[in-house]
Amino acid sequence: MARTRLITAINDALREEMERDEKVILFGEDVEASIFGDTRGLIDLFGPRRVRNTPISENTLTGMTVGAAASGYRVVLHLMFANFVYTGMDGIANQIARARLMSGAQIDLPITIIASYGGGRANAAQHSDTPFSPVMSLGGIHVLAPSNPADAKGLLKSAIRCNDPVIFFEPGGRGGEIGEVPDEDYLTPIGEAAVLREGKDVTLIGMGSTMRMTIQAADKLDKEGVESTVVDVRSLAPLDEKTLCGAASNTGRVVIVDESRDRCSAASQIAAILADRCFGYLRAPIKRVTTPDCSLPYAPASEKYLLPSIGKVLAAANVVLSTGETR
Amino acid sequence: MKDNASPDLSQCLDLLRTMYLIRYTEEQLAEDFAAGKTPGGVHLSTGQEAVAAGICAHLTDQDQLASNHRGHGHFIAKGGDPKTLFAEIYGKSEGICRGMGGSMHVADYSKGIIGANGIVGAGLPISTGAALADLLDDDGSFTVCIFGDGASNQGVLQESFNFAALWKLPLLYVCEHNGFCQFSPAETVTAGTISDRAKAFGIPVKVVEEGNDVRAVWNAMAWASEYIRAGNGPAFIEARTYRINNHFEREHLVVQTPYRTREEVEKMRQERDPIIMLRQWMLNENLTDEKVLSAIDKEAARIIQESVAFGEAGTVPPENIGLEYMFAGTYN
Repeated sequence: MARTRLITAINDALREEMERDEKVILFGEDVEASIFGDTRGLIDLFGPRRVRNTPISENTLTGMTVGAAASGYRVVLHLMFANFVYTGMDGIANQIARARLMSGAQIDLPITIIASYGGGRANAAQHSDTPFSPVMSLGGIHVLAPSNPADAKGLLKSAIRCNDPVIFFEPGGRGGEIGEVPDEDYLTPIGEAAVLREGKDVTLIGMGSTMRMTIQAADKLDKEGVESTVVDVRSLAPLDEKTLCGAASNTGRVVIVDESRDRCSAASQIAAILADRCFGYLRAPIKRVTTPDCSLPYAPASEKYLLPSIGKVLAAANVVLSTGETR
Repeated sequence: MKDNASPDLSQCLDLLRTMYLIRYTEEQLAEDFAAGKTPGGVHLSTGQEAVAAGICAHLTDQDQLASNHRGHGHFIAKGGDPKTLFAEIYGKSEGICRGMGGSMHVADYSKGIIGANGIVGAGLPISTGAALADLLDDDGSFTVCIFGDGASNQGVLQESFNFAALWKLPLLYVCEHNGFCQFSPAETVTAGTISDRAKAFGIPVKVVEEGNDVRAVWNAMAWASEYIRAGNGPAFIEARTYRINNHFEREHLVVQTPYRTREEVEKMRQERDPIIMLRQWMLNENLTDEKVLSAIDKEAARIIQESVAFGEAGTVPPENIGLEYMFAGTYN
């Protein structure tokens, strides 16, 4: 195990997969300059044939992945900010997500799109979104949102080796967060949530950028004598319904923490599944901690007001702990 | 190859054969749609056969072709099997896309046919990526994107030009200018000359004024193919043809205000039929005789009738098959 920054773990995953398979190519906006650091140095290692800086042309970039992948390459597209999913949406929604079925499964599409998401850094409304649900709802694309360096590396390696399209959401502004990463070559499976701790009183479900505050809230509750089961969703599509249901059923009291806007969020989808599949085990209404259906303002205090926080997670936990059936 | 190279007799007969196959396909599908035999709509390319035939005559299976919603002709000309085309459009498991794509999405990747597309202009980004793969493979093959005058007004055309010119991608743009963007005459929605847009990026252009003259299209393609295969980067052909068919079949049921006259269409049908034009030329030049031409005509008609029978005899896909085709579910 080595203590590694999240962004370095992502960089390591890209480097290792490009070393492993020469058919892996990487292109995107400023992958040479690498403003987030995740593609840093790859141009020097693999050269301009396999690592390509591109024009700012998201709709062509997303569509290009289909042509290159159908021709036998494993394509990694760096979209920079996740809001650019919207500008590249025809390629994503009408082509990448559709081409396999429309062709009668003549082709596989090993495509990985990397995009950095989330607010909290005064990037204003067009560089701060958490667009999980617009791509979760497409079908045809796996959606990943790792929260720590080990999962980021393992999931990205799985994404690149996967013969289906994947969107890999990188938590913006958290690249410096450090965690233990295994030394050996390993994969984190797509479609598996991780239970981080088990407790009998309340189940806290987080994902990606909200995982840290979810764990911190569990620590605070622990000090008050409240035991939490904590789950990291990791894979938003497909969702690990079995693990999520198991964790929810353990306590019957569930808080889901997601930075998406509330309406049709990942949290909403998880809540719907839990209500459907574990209704008999629930003791209180499921609570969601999300961003209100509002654009994120530039002014820091106004932005912070809308985003999920430890305080909001604790408040929601207290509600589910104090309502519904008692033991 | 000289700039004025022309198809020889055997190549002319091949072009005629391809155009007949497309013509009989489209005429059959017009009847089928009217009879309610196709589950979904069809966009037909009667009268535009010269573009598909002239372009694809210079391509191998290794070369790739991205097409558009009016793509049956491109599919056939690039070597797609009419049998699997009809089965597909009839929504059968034996279709080239197992009945999952239909008319607007016919593709045969084994023949380099990387897909018709229901989104106008979407072939441009896909072919840009395919041409990037060609560049990396460096095996002398290249990619062609056939799109219409309507697609020329999508922003991705300019984006793709930029990529192709910047990276010297082996990519041929073919604007099959049929005069109509859905239900609007081209001149009412399109400014300037479309091929001039390519010139702005330094991409060399050939305009085929009579795009229904298959020999002229063949000639332009001879130039483009040689230019691109030599590693010079992208090229652009604008072939001017005319859309005899409606945007989609039986459009009169929904179009409230006519956008062209029956007389105009009839005039085009009589004066600019690419099949008649090629036949006339060959006879005038004493290259062949009616008997040879008629045999090609009959042979094409027979192939299409067999293809119809193949499609009709096909099986309906299992209802739940869509779920199976969504993902490969495998890892490398």
